[in-house]
Amino acid sequence: MTLVAQVENKPGVLNRVASLFRRRGFNIESLTVGHTQRPGISRMTIVVDTDDSGILRLEANLYKLVNVLNVENVTATPSVFRDLAMIKVAATPETRAEIMQLAHVFRARIVDVNNESLVIESTGAEDKIDGLVEVLRGYGILEMARTGRLAMTRGRPGNGSEVAAGADEHDDSVSDESVSYSV
Amino acid sequence: MKKTGGEIIWECLKREEVQHVFGYPGGAILPAYDALCKYPEIHHVLVRHEQGAAHMADGYARAGGGVGVVIATSGPGATNLVTGIATAMMDSSPIVCITGQVGSKLIGYDAFQETDITGITLPITKHNYLVTRAEDIAAAIREAFWVAKSGRPGPVLIDVTKDAQQASCEFDWDAAEPQRRTCRPAICFSAPPCADALELINQAKRPVILAGHGILLSGAMRELCALAERAQIPVAMTLLGIGCFPASHPLNLGMMGMHGEAWVNTAIQEADLILALGMRFDDRVTGNLKTFAPNAKKIHLEIDPAEVNKNVKVDVALIGDLRDFLDELLPGVKASNNEAWLARIHELKGDSAVRDIQNLPDDGHLYAAHVVNDLWRETAGDAVVVTDVGQHQMWEAQYYKHEKPRTLITSGGLGTMGFALPAAIGAKFARPDAEVWVVAGDGGFQMTMAELATIAQENLEIKVAIINNGYLGMVRQWQEFFYERRYKATPLYSPDFVQLAKAFDLRGATVRKRAEVIPTVREARQHRGTYVINFCVEQEDSVFPMVPAGADLHAMIRRPSPLVETAQDM
Repeated sequence: MTLVAQVENKPGVLNRVASLFRRRGFNIESLTVGHTQRPGISRMTIVVDTDDSGILRLEANLYKLVNVLNVENVTATPSVFRDLAMIKVAATPETRAEIMQLAHVFRARIVDVNNESLVIESTGAEDKIDGLVEVLRGYGILEMARTGRLAMTRGRPGNGSEVAAGADEHDDSVSDESVSYSV
Repeated sequence: MKKTGGEIIWECLKREEVQHVFGYPGGAILPAYDALCKYPEIHHVLVRHEQGAAHMADGYARAGGGVGVVIATSGPGATNLVTGIATAMMDSSPIVCITGQVGSKLIGYDAFQETDITGITLPITKHNYLVTRAEDIAAAIREAFWVAKSGRPGPVLIDVTKDAQQASCEFDWDAAEPQRRTCRPAICFSAPPCADALELINQAKRPVILAGHGILLSGAMRELCALAERAQIPVAMTLLGIGCFPASHPLNLGMMGMHGEAWVNTAIQEADLILALGMRFDDRVTGNLKTFAPNAKKIHLEIDPAEVNKNVKVDVALIGDLRDFLDELLPGVKASNNEAWLARIHELKGDSAVRDIQNLPDDGHLYAAHVVNDLWRETAGDAVVVTDVGQHQMWEAQYYKHEKPRTLITSGGLGTMGFALPAAIGAKFARPDAEVWVVAGDGGFQMTMAELATIAQENLEIKVAIINNGYLGMVRQWQEFFYERRYKATPLYSPDFVQLAKAFDLRGATVRKRAEVIPTVREARQHRGTYVINFCVEQEDSVFPMVPAGADLHAMIRRPSPLVETAQDM
């Protein structure tokens, strides 16, 4: 199940949200937080292992947090889901070309090369990245970092954009600088 | 106008119309206490333990309908509030706690009396604030009062660093107005609900209303009465709902749940419609969820969406203010007489009467139920009764017939022993003209009896009935029923409570016989001052009926009666 929450960007808000999941007995699989197009408002994408009634309970409880502006369950909404991974793979001059070719098949990018290893950056749905990880495993994965799931519904803006609309006008230019970080 | 942070705290409280605060000073809150000298219109009640301050504010809020205010210092002062805050959270009681915090530069350095109280109270407050600048104090306090009162009420904590209290800034009340939205987007649980609810209500043959604390918080007593009378629907109450519907009303069933009377629980189990108003289907109310009201359609009117479909799946949910919804529904409710159903309930009541301790032959023992019943008669059901937690609490709920709202104040959700005495002090400040009685066990009373000193210092008139059975009675009862009478750690030594009262310059008496109950209660009522009565009651009496935890609501342990064959009871 995937929830997208718009929250006020204030100290301790992440703790409030995470603590809610813990005390209500839910296990967070991944949680990403980052800025939105509106100053002072952050967006969280939360993946949680639960059922339909659990997700309703979570949604209702999240709304009880004063700093939470909007919650949307996007599990069943047509959406784009993305995960970013950086994978450091052991690579000798002999295996390097082969690994680079594999990365190319997965439309991943090589962002660092040295004599012993490569760093591959890949963006995509989680199963694509899982597939990449699987084929790289044989070469020896030295280090891996993943952001966890980011989600955005397709088409017109979701509820979250409307909630905050009172604060200022829509600003749809989302620049590349707005990097998410994983927690 | 420039003010220090400490002054701003009191200026804001004054403008929030706060008359009394309950607190305890200390290093990190001293600048605020110093500023209090400039605000003589705010009365500060010095407590003996910060837990007492939180319960007092809670009792103040419950008795008077306002917001209770607590002030305490950092570290241990703040952590001592925790039980009181959790109590208020579970029972939706609006209180605002202001705590001092070490200087902002010292936060995170394990300074003397530093504790992360916003972190600690995060799960037990509706919201909390850490304020490190004088400029932010007014907005935090105004928003805190708004959060505490709005929607489903609850506790809010504001932690103010010492340097924020000392610094000066421009005070602007208007600029500090809360900017929050007043409502959340509605979460849809079912189709257009009002019409559906009306259809169910008008079709029901065996309806029961379950009335909870929400009726009192919303002030929907009149609407509840109108609904019940028009459709002739009997009303069962949760522990915290008691008082929202007159006990003497013919449609009143009494308290439901674990220690609800048999006819109440049986009526719920036989009902074809449950109309749950401002209650949350607590496990103490429902028993086994799988067999709870199995044949009933269920309608839930509730302000907190998180309570809907949490424990009991309902057919229609109306999320919002109860009074608004009842106003909306009432014109559509058809008049009905429900004769057959009410006759069935009458029959169930008759069956229970033979087991009622009031009807059993006098065997020379003093029973707590008799004490509570006599107290009810003597006070004409007019007193504000503040109970502790345990057997006496259930006997109070069963045998003190509350006619008016906000006359029973008790810790329901958290079940906090030690609640009664301090909460009664708060209640007395909220309603100085009311006759306030504490009904407490010997165990719970000893947890917070230091507040007798607060009573003495404030010169308050509170009557205290200690139901003294020499045991932690409810735990003993569980040991008797479920642990083969192994009374581990439940026999309880108590001081001479009369001597104890004397030590605080208060009066008291001990009662051992039924015949002494009424004369002593009369003496206590005539005395202009606090009076402590030590009722030495039957030691191994139990609260009946009892639905064991997790059992079916209709599977009650009934009081053995010489008038009925006991073999069929268990």
